[in-house]
Amino acid sequence: MFNEWQGQVSIGLLLLLLGVFPSSSFAGETLTDLGLPLSSLEISKHAITIFPDGSNLPAGQGSVQEGKALYQNKCMMCHGEKGIEGPAARLAGSDGWFSFSDPLRILRIDKNPVLLISVGGLWPHATTIFDYTRRAMPHFAPKSLNNNEVYALTAYLLHLNGLVAQDLVLDKQNLPKVSMPGKERSVLAWPE
Amino acid sequence: MLKTKTIKPAAAGGLLDRRSFLLSGIVLSSAYSLKAVSAPKAGEGRIDTDMPAWAKTPGHNDIEYGLPSEYEKHIKRVQAKSSPETATFSMWHTPIENQRGIITPNGLHFSVNHNGIPEIDPQQHTLRIHGLVEKPLKFDIESLLRYPMVSAIHFLECAGNTAPNAVSLTALDQDCQELYGQISGAEWSGIPLKFLLKEAGVKPEAKWVVVEGADGGSHSRSIPIEKLMDDAIVALYQNGERLRPSQGYPMRLFLPGWEGNTNVKWLTRLEVTDTPAYTKDESGLYSDILDSGKIQRFSFTMDVKSVITHPSGKQTLPDKKGFYEISGLAWSGHGKIKTVEVSADEGKTWAKAHLEGLVLSKSLTRFTIPWRWDGSATTLLSRATDEHGRVQPTRALWREKYASYSFNHYNGIQAWYINSDGRVENTYV
Repeated sequence: MFNEWQGQVSIGLLLLLLGVFPSSSFAGETLTDLGLPLSSLEISKHAITIFPDGSNLPAGQGSVQEGKALYQNKCMMCHGEKGIEGPAARLAGSDGWFSFSDPLRILRIDKNPVLLISVGGLWPHATTIFDYTRRAMPHFAPKSLNNNEVYALTAYLLHLNGLVAQDLVLDKQNLPKVSMPGKERSVLAWPE
Repeated sequence: MLKTKTIKPAAAGGLLDRRSFLLSGIVLSSAYSLKAVSAPKAGEGRIDTDMPAWAKTPGHNDIEYGLPSEYEKHIKRVQAKSSPETATFSMWHTPIENQRGIITPNGLHFSVNHNGIPEIDPQQHTLRIHGLVEKPLKFDIESLLRYPMVSAIHFLECAGNTAPNAVSLTALDQDCQELYGQISGAEWSGIPLKFLLKEAGVKPEAKWVVVEGADGGSHSRSIPIEKLMDDAIVALYQNGERLRPSQGYPMRLFLPGWEGNTNVKWLTRLEVTDTPAYTKDESGLYSDILDSGKIQRFSFTMDVKSVITHPSGKQTLPDKKGFYEISGLAWSGHGKIKTVEVSADEGKTWAKAHLEGLVLSKSLTRFTIPWRWDGSATTLLSRATDEHGRVQPTRALWREKYASYSFNHYNGIQAWYINSDGRVENTYV
């Protein structure tokens, strides 16, 4: 019994050395082909990522003023009136311990340490605001906003940071052109 | 008491040479002394006179899914304070000071969730690959379970592990679980992602893959294609059983050695691209702010790090003085741990610790060293070096590189202050 088992192992090893076992060919051709074709239509339904150059931004538009009303309704209870009070992520202003525009900052951080960092201070591309708001906000009802509403909220958040005028109407053309302070400060530990 | 004649010191402060310690055949009298057993009365003839109750009754039956002993109920994860305090954004810390070896039990594995834990029906879950590929593909769970699988033991660490020591001006009196609870070790089994990417046919211009989860927030990170074609796994199993929902059931991306946030849970979509997307987390929370004010992005790898878990913060040494085995964990996202040194005199002298059990690449590595405490106040430190010669920096050296409020990727040397009454406290040296 033992010899028989040993014999099988030896044959197995021999086959492996000769490259007969299929697993030895993974380095080159793939053996696995169980994936099913994914149609363009299905891709378009699921590909929700917006890129920094604006690619994949949808049609639609929204104004700073429309965004303000939406913000007061759906965002302010977590992010605060000016986007700096928390408890949820700081949306406006610089990052760090102190700021002249927010004398109470250190007290806010003591209560909510994540307020050390800020969307307006760190994020390098305005397109990410649209992307994240559309996929994840509001926290209690993610993906419940339509494209026009997301444009409007993005416009208002950019305005809270003093990056766009209060009469701006945001769309797929002008959103990628908004310049964010976080871009200038970026260094990449992994090259693009 | 220790028989110390033949035991050589390894460094000052009572650190002992392990070999001479083992050869000395020491007897820990307090732990192992034999109790005098009263002889049974003549004529009784029964052996149950001096036995505990559980040795004299039949035990109970087993249950379908086993649980720890009632006496170990206090060993559990603890939810860290977070802002905002909601169930959807939560950080659950592992009690690593109660762990031995290098594997964290699944129910105790740390978990950080930005948008809550989805309850996914695996029959309705799909993994999609598209973008810069020859054939966009989708996979259901039945198909994926038929693919060739690999298993590997690796640590997983949140980029923000030990953040309090990175930013707090004074050392907070916290325990190992609070300071180091965002690390765990497990055996992850699943499909090398390169099998699936090759099946789809990655185009030559592909450089990044935007990876997405199926949770409420559609968590998303951009990952360089080199890593995904190297050792990335679509993990379906953790420590021999299917993933728990809080670890990404039915499947997660596992990137050995890379910050936890990139190991996307509830994996559902891979978009192959030539550029990163600058998703929410790579834009802000998971960047490092440097001392120069620059924002460092895509610093994926968790650097070499270690911590003494036995003894550690908030514990009290039971005996005023005497023998203890110092034990801890070391790890590096770059490869294997080569050495761990321990100091029992605030870093003046160091001794090499023994690496116990498996020493694996990008895995928790257990270290131990015998120590005879003389009962005076002292400070214990551990310093790990990996196979590439990367050495843990001091806290001060780490701080020089980053802005005072930057807290990710902290890997400074941990110091535990031992008070003369035996209480252990987090400290900076």
